[in-house]
Parts: sequence; structure tokens; C-alpha cells
Amino acid sequence: MPKPPFPCLEAGVGWHNQLIQYLVTGITTGAIYALVALGFTIIYNATEIINFAQGEFVMLGGMIAVTMLAGLGLPLWLAVILAIAATMLIGLAFERLAIRPVRKASVMNLIIITIGGSILLKGAAMLIWGKDDHPLSAFTPAPPLHVFSAVVTTQSLWVMAGTVLAVILLHVFYERTITGKALRACAFNPKAARLCGISVERMILFSFGLSATLGAFAGVLIAPITFTSYDVGTMLGLKGFCAAILGGLGSNPGAILGGLVIGVAESLSSGYVSSGYKDAVAFLILLLMLYFRPAGILGKRAEKV
Amino acid sequence: MLKIKNISTFYGKIQALRNVSIHIQAGEVVSLIGANGAGKTTLLNTISGLLTPASGEISFDDQSLKGLAPDQIVKLGISQVPEGRQIFFHHTVLENLELGAYLRMQRKNRDEIDQDLARIYRLFPVLAERKKQLAGTLSGGEQQMLAIGRALMAKPKLLLLDEPSMGLAPKLVREIFETIFRLRKEGTTILLVEQNAGAALAISDRAYVLETGRLVLSGDARELMNDPEVRRAYLGKDYGEVWD
Repeated sequence: MPKPPFPCLEAGVGWHNQLIQYLVTGITTGAIYALVALGFTIIYNATEIINFAQGEFVMLGGMIAVTMLAGLGLPLWLAVILAIAATMLIGLAFERLAIRPVRKASVMNLIIITIGGSILLKGAAMLIWGKDDHPLSAFTPAPPLHVFSAVVTTQSLWVMAGTVLAVILLHVFYERTITGKALRACAFNPKAARLCGISVERMILFSFGLSATLGAFAGVLIAPITFTSYDVGTMLGLKGFCAAILGGLGSNPGAILGGLVIGVAESLSSGYVSSGYKDAVAFLILLLMLYFRPAGILGKRAEKV
Repeated sequence: MLKIKNISTFYGKIQALRNVSIHIQAGEVVSLIGANGAGKTTLLNTISGLLTPASGEISFDDQSLKGLAPDQIVKLGISQVPEGRQIFFHHTVLENLELGAYLRMQRKNRDEIDQDLARIYRLFPVLAERKKQLAGTLSGGEQQMLAIGRALMAKPKLLLLDEPSMGLAPKLVREIFETIFRLRKEGTTILLVEQNAGAALAISDRAYVLETGRLVLSGDARELMNDPEVRRAYLGKDYGEVWD
């Protein structure tokens, strides 16, 4: 029997019964989008580059964790830490080898280089791991919880808690440590930062490392829920990019908000309309946003000169 | 202390400095005067390493600055207070000062940094009152004090000041010049760029005059103050007054 186009209209299922379930699912994916979007924001603030290889960092985090766990038989916690560390090193190498040598190039050229980097990383991942989907075991193998009418897997809770933790750590880093303050200073006024003795080059390197770390963290959090494969980075990267623009490019709170909005909107639309349109929702929201408020939800409006 | 030999600097194809040579000795206050676009800021930015000279040499304490990045030049002991203050609006006053001491912000230097902060607060008591405030909320004069304080937190041997009186009310201009005078008495070596040539010459030992990227005059500040051409062009006296 063909599936009815609107699942919510099925007999016996009220739209409100499913709402909580959709929200939980939406917030889980939204949290991942938020982490990816924060990665975009960190590099954008330091360099004005939109790093289209951000999604590949997410993919690498998940894939390396799978290899460490299944291939090398390491315990899960160690596999996760090593995967994040390895991806951070890849992020640092990416800046050193692909961005720094052409640092004098225009921002647009550098953005195109990141697209090239993304294709390279994805291609390498395909050669190493093949085209199959790989599962990563859930962090805690407990049965799902029932919250009101919704089913919440423990991995969902890990995703939410992990995202909250990352956001808090990032905030403390930016507000309390001298390196974080220097990074903000570089974003605000690189020339003045240089005159304070801050090496802007080192800060750019640092932000690529930080951004890759955050991406890999998102990758290992989501891998047990969605599986992972060499090409998951493309869609996650694009969704994270939409989230960053939606929230206001350059704003950390904006990136988090944008991620959650897109995650929830996707989940609601696939629940109440059709899951076939799921991926279109993020882009539709982005188009509407760019039309009505190009600066994003929390972004500053472009100053008139 | 600082020796600049025959430097030329370009912005793209436009030559902003032509064979400029200047020197500064330890303990001196030297001012650089000249009209808008004469190349004063370009010279400071070349010293700070923000611009790379096409030719010529700069040495500081007998060490060549060639190829050094701006942060390495700060580390050697040259700090700049840039034109337009350029403080970090979204950081607090205290954070701005700490960023000035960025190169030595380690836990083991905490006592030393606290002493330096106390010195800045003695110099500019208003900054102590406002240390928790965001720098963007300060008035123009306070921002200028913060910019000077931030540069001093790097403990420079040579302080480059770019138009510290620009855009300030006369009372504040006086306060800023009094501060420079006090720094001079404490033995800070200063290269001062100013549009306000009269005030600059009054507190300087020597001065250089730049015109369209070229050095046209140099000498003792008091002599330059009495030079008819300087009086006409930079001190706002007309021919009648000068020659009468």
C-alpha cells in the first residue's frame, strides 16, 4: 500500500502526538549543524574565508573514529579522542599547505582553494574507506528513553550535551583566555592586533585547528545516529553553511541559533510534509533569509558608508 | 637607536616615501611633521613592519628589521599607537591593556604585568575607573589614552605615536601633550607624528619635515620653530606675520 503523502493525517495519529518527537530529532540534527556552523564562523572571523572544507572535517572525525574502533580495536573513548586529534592535525596541515602559501591572494581565490581542498579530502577518503556506509557504535548502549510521547536515544542526549559543552568551552575560551581574546582582537582589527605583537598568521593557523577540532567532534557525535561515509561532509557542510548565514555570518550565537532553526525546520517538514523535501528546506530558508534580511538573524546590518 | 637609511615605500604603484633617512637616539623625542599625504603614517607603518620598503635599510639597536613581521618588531621594543586609535571596541579597557602586553601574557609574568597596569592607571586615572567597561563606550580622549596605554603595556624602548591629538577637543589635546611630556621625562624615546606642529615642536628635541614623501628639512626643534618656511607652512602664520 502506498504511503499517504501526509503521515500526520493517518488515522489515529494526531499531529500534536508527533510534535515532540520531531522537535527532539530536529534539535539533535540542529545541534550538529550548529557545531559545523561554528566551525565556519571561527575561520570566517579570523580570515574572512568561508571554508568549504568544513564538512570534510566532520566526515574525517567520524571515519577516523570508525577505523580506530573497528579497524584497530581501540576502546571507543580513545578512538574518539584520537579521531578528533588527527582531524585537528589535518586542519592545521590544510592551512599550512593550502592557505598560507597563497595568503596574499584575494579572499575569493582562497575560498575556491577550500573547495578544492574539500574535493581532495573527499577523494582521499573514498580511496581509503571505499564508498560504503560505516556504523559507529553509540557512546552508551542503553535503551532509548521515553519522554512524553517521544523516543529519545541516548546518542541524541550525547549530541545535545556535547554541543552544549562545546559551546560553553568555546565561550570560556573566547572570553577568558588571552589567546581567545587575541583571536577576537584579530577578527575586529587585524592591523591593531599586529601592532600589539599578535601574530595574525599564527591566529589563522590556530583557527583552522580549532575549527577542524569542532568539526571532528560533530562528526563523532553524529556518526552513531546517521552512519558515516566518505561523502557525508558535503551535505553537512552545506547545511552548516546555511546555518551560519541564517544566524548572521561571523556571529557565534547566530551560528548556534541558525543550526537549531534549520534542524527543527527540516525535521518538522519531513514529518508533516514529506521527507523527500528535507534537504530543500535548509536552502529554501536560506533563500528567503537572503531576500528579506541578508545580514542574518543576529548579524549586524551592513553599515552604510 | 633607530636608523633609517634611504627607504622608499610604495602603495601599489604609488611611491609614498622617496629615499627617506632619519635616526633617533635613545631618550630623544623626535617629531615628524608634514601635511596630509606627506608620508608620515607610511613611515611609521614601514618601521612597524606593516609595510615593506622597496629599498633601504632600517635598523634598531644595530639589528636589521628587514623581513621581520610586525609581532617580531614589537618584541624587539618598538610599539606604535596607530592613527585613529584603533582600540578593540568589544573588549574591556583592562582586556585592551592586557592585549598590549600580549607577548608576555604568561602566568609567571603576572606580578610584573600588574605593576605595569598600575603604572598606566597612574598615568591615566580615568582608565582605572573604567577598566571593566567596553572600550567602545569610552569618549574620544579616553580612547586615545587607552591606545597609548595599550602600546606602553608592551614596554617599548621606542614609542611611535601617530596623530595622538587628532579629533580631540583643545583641553584633551593639552592633556595628551602633557602625557607625552611626562613620558619624555621618564625617559621614553618617542617618534611623534603630528599635524599640530606647534605643540609637537614644543615638546620635541628634534624634528623632520616631510613633503610628498621626501624629507625637506630637519634639525633642532627650537630652530625649526623659528624657521620662516616652517612657520608659514606648518604653524599657520602668514607671510606678513613671519616677515614683519
